[in-house]
Amino acid sequence: MPLHTLISKDFYNEKARDSDWYKENRDGYQGALKAFDMSPQEIIDEVKTSNLRGLGGAGFPTGVKWGFVPKDSGKPVYLAVNADESEPGTFKDKYIMTWDPHRLIEGIIITCWAIDAHVAYIYIRGEYVRPYEHLQRAIDQAYRRGLLGDRVMGRDFKLDVYIHRGAGAYICGEETGLLESLEGKKGWPRLKPPFPAVKGAFGAPTIVNNVETIAHVPEIIKQGGQWFADLGCEKNGGTRLMCVSGHVNKPDVYEIRLGTPMYELIYEHAGGILDGKKMKAVIPGGSSAKVLTAEEADCDCSIEALQAAGSMLGSGGVMVMHEDTCMVKALQVITSFYAHESCGQCTPCREGTGWLLTTLNRLLSGEGRPSDIDTMLSLSGNMQGTSICALSEAAAWPVESFILKFREEFDYMAAHGRSMVADEESAPAA
Amino acid sequence: MATLEIDGQEVQVEDGSTIIEATEKLGIYVPRYCYHPGMSIAGSCRMCMVEVENIPKLAIACYTPVNDGMKVSTSSEKVLKGRRDMLEFLLHNHPLDCPVCDQSGECDLQNFYMEHGRYQSRFLENKVKKRKAFPIGPHVVLDQERCILCTRCTRFTDEVSETHELGVFNRGDRSVIDLNPGKTLDNPYSGNVIDICPVGALTEREFRFQCRVWYLSSEESICPGCSNGCNISIHYNQRRAYKAGGRRLQRLKPRYHPQVNTWWMCDEGRFGYGFVDRHRFEFPMLRLQDELQYAEWEEALDKAAGVLKQAIDEHGPESVGVIASPRLSNEELYLTKKVFGQGLGIENIGFKNPWEKEGFCDDYLIKADKNPNTRGAEEMGFKGDVKQILEKAASGDIKVLYVFLHDLASEEARKLLDQAGTLIFHGSNRNSTSQRAQVVLASSVWAEKDGTFTNFEGRVQRFKAALQPLDESRRDIEILLDLAARMGQQLVYNNAGDLFMEWFGMTYEEMNPRGENIENRDGGSMPPPSGGSAGQQPSAN
Repeated sequence: MPLHTLISKDFYNEKARDSDWYKENRDGYQGALKAFDMSPQEIIDEVKTSNLRGLGGAGFPTGVKWGFVPKDSGKPVYLAVNADESEPGTFKDKYIMTWDPHRLIEGIIITCWAIDAHVAYIYIRGEYVRPYEHLQRAIDQAYRRGLLGDRVMGRDFKLDVYIHRGAGAYICGEETGLLESLEGKKGWPRLKPPFPAVKGAFGAPTIVNNVETIAHVPEIIKQGGQWFADLGCEKNGGTRLMCVSGHVNKPDVYEIRLGTPMYELIYEHAGGILDGKKMKAVIPGGSSAKVLTAEEADCDCSIEALQAAGSMLGSGGVMVMHEDTCMVKALQVITSFYAHESCGQCTPCREGTGWLLTTLNRLLSGEGRPSDIDTMLSLSGNMQGTSICALSEAAAWPVESFILKFREEFDYMAAHGRSMVADEESAPAA
Repeated sequence: MATLEIDGQEVQVEDGSTIIEATEKLGIYVPRYCYHPGMSIAGSCRMCMVEVENIPKLAIACYTPVNDGMKVSTSSEKVLKGRRDMLEFLLHNHPLDCPVCDQSGECDLQNFYMEHGRYQSRFLENKVKKRKAFPIGPHVVLDQERCILCTRCTRFTDEVSETHELGVFNRGDRSVIDLNPGKTLDNPYSGNVIDICPVGALTEREFRFQCRVWYLSSEESICPGCSNGCNISIHYNQRRAYKAGGRRLQRLKPRYHPQVNTWWMCDEGRFGYGFVDRHRFEFPMLRLQDELQYAEWEEALDKAAGVLKQAIDEHGPESVGVIASPRLSNEELYLTKKVFGQGLGIENIGFKNPWEKEGFCDDYLIKADKNPNTRGAEEMGFKGDVKQILEKAASGDIKVLYVFLHDLASEEARKLLDQAGTLIFHGSNRNSTSQRAQVVLASSVWAEKDGTFTNFEGRVQRFKAALQPLDESRRDIEILLDLAARMGQQLVYNNAGDLFMEWFGMTYEEMNPRGENIENRDGGSMPPPSGGSAGQQPSAN
């Protein structure tokens, strides 16, 4: 399947940052106009039909989520756009915010109309300075041109959009950690239920959606849910942005129709493996997704297909490793990220991530013991299903999958104090 | 109501309860660190995980709501493994300094490890280094390495004291509890964080290295610090009194009472026990050559009785003034009235120090009236105006003043006392009034005797003797009975319980452990308070 450009058309096109250009050349804000003539329920139904699923990683059906907002809570409803994109290997939302901010704003307008929200927050990760600047400029422009504010596009609908900049914490991408941080507190995930759609920011119903998810909404309204669903495969509507990084010739963001084969993405679109080497492993959905061997990775890019392959599509961060990669070193890089980012709230995650990292460090320094490998496996098992949010699992899955699939490299490292792979320096920066 | 089955036992609890509340009802104890019934649910220690039928993962008992027909196991193989795993994680960075840790012996990490842990150690890595043993307030020392980050203390300062001194800083295994910038932990309830800390991270400055907890004995008591009547336990150490500078009373801890003080007590009460072992009268005294000197009890009692009798014989009962005290127990007040009022016909009997200033108070536990039994004395009918009594003493109308405990230290009172005739001081501690006495009858403090106090809302609550009276000092009731006998009154009371029986119409054993309402003088007990049976504490620690 060829690449499809639904929302990535204007990447690297500076003109697209202007709302007038967006209106003239991309039928911009036509989706919002159309949405205002629809009832909120019609929009929700249309999004349900489209099979749009959350593109932040969890893949929850977006329309269904919107339907969870209680109708008579007596409280305002908020939209929180999750732009805290910080899963290693994921860099797609930044493209949307940098190059096509008005698509996001239009998506926000339609979403807020559908869930009856009058305030939307965009929680953007603190490190995203330029995306923030471009997005803020676009929002200011939208206010000036009457696209936001007291009368959105001349309709009797008030909408304010605020950007909230994070301070640099992976955990604030977890939706309840995000809400805590948005409220000015330490970004510790909340116990669920209640889910944010019932009790979110400031105790009010809140829909938390990823940037890319919202950016898809205008086209769905303009061209219809069924059209969008037909673009993708079964239960996975439309297209999505895949971030290909690692040992490929052309690492970049590629928009594919869901169901495109992974090998096509890697070998055709991303230009194949660096230096013509053999592919060894692929992490298909951000660093917390379980690693796949080259053989296992021969599947389609859809939530179900990757689940069947034993991993997940996650945030669409495809990290490719070639044959010279030391898997112990690669795992150490990933684990050090989670040990750094564990919020410290729940016991297994706080202690487990640090313990795994120190063990891996010792292994890499040549001080490993054969028993370390089983200890790490058992620790990663104990970390699963025992904490408030999924970070603990996100940290445990790589450990488990790396060891199970590349056990001989770990055993070799423990026995010989050095890597089985000749050139261990070539490990990708995950 | 929902009916569920826990470990094969059926239990009915209200809808919306959590599993841990249901286990409490059955008396099953599920290990926990972060859960505390008096605060919000954190759900982060993961120690209280239980197995629920048809739920694949273990569920945390503190947050999972009950359902009708639910089947829960708190001791299945899976649950025990879960606990062992969590203990292993918790101990990964916890220093094993139990031999020098004050919490040792009452530490939940120690206890649960002995009960559920006991695994082969797999620790090979170095522990994360954090800050050790530094004071964070006037009463509390923090050891960040021992902390298991249950956040009970931060939630206490956020939700109970509402003073927000403590927070969690940093992330992952570098997380620490610390003071928020610019704060010190000096709120009126700061001592409670020591109680709720399940490990030795927060320890008491006063108690550190004073005594191993297994040498302590405990007795139920009522805090004498104000009229609130918080339920407390006295922790004392009579066997090893040479430790801790001879202090017998080592510490006070709050005791759960659902209506009076729940799980808490204030610092003023908690650390206000200094008078038990300091500045005490260790024996009775008589003034000889203008100086108070040691006396035998016989001498002192004879002298006191003689003075009283002489005044009454010569000038009638109007020539004696008695100033009882709101720090006396109901039993003592009852006997005082009986001996001086009924027995000797004295009418000048007061109890309230009119110069006493109101103390610090808040809208929670701390009351402005710093006496434990003002309400009791009022109900008992002590009506005499103390100021008037002192004025009469100064003018010579009253020849003998019998003062209980009071420190009448205001300038006006001192002037009046200077002009008064004979002063008999009945009390436990030295003060400016006792310095002026001709006779000192050395009495005991509340921790050394049985009795009841009536708190500000009229709840009669029992306290028990933890200690023996210091040296030669004697219990107030014994002193009063001996004095009465010398003045020809035949009163037979074996102990405080007899007096309580006569006054309140029931024995101590018949009392509701949560106190009797003073309105129910005919012996009817108060309606049972909500939740749990009497005296049983929804286990917090």
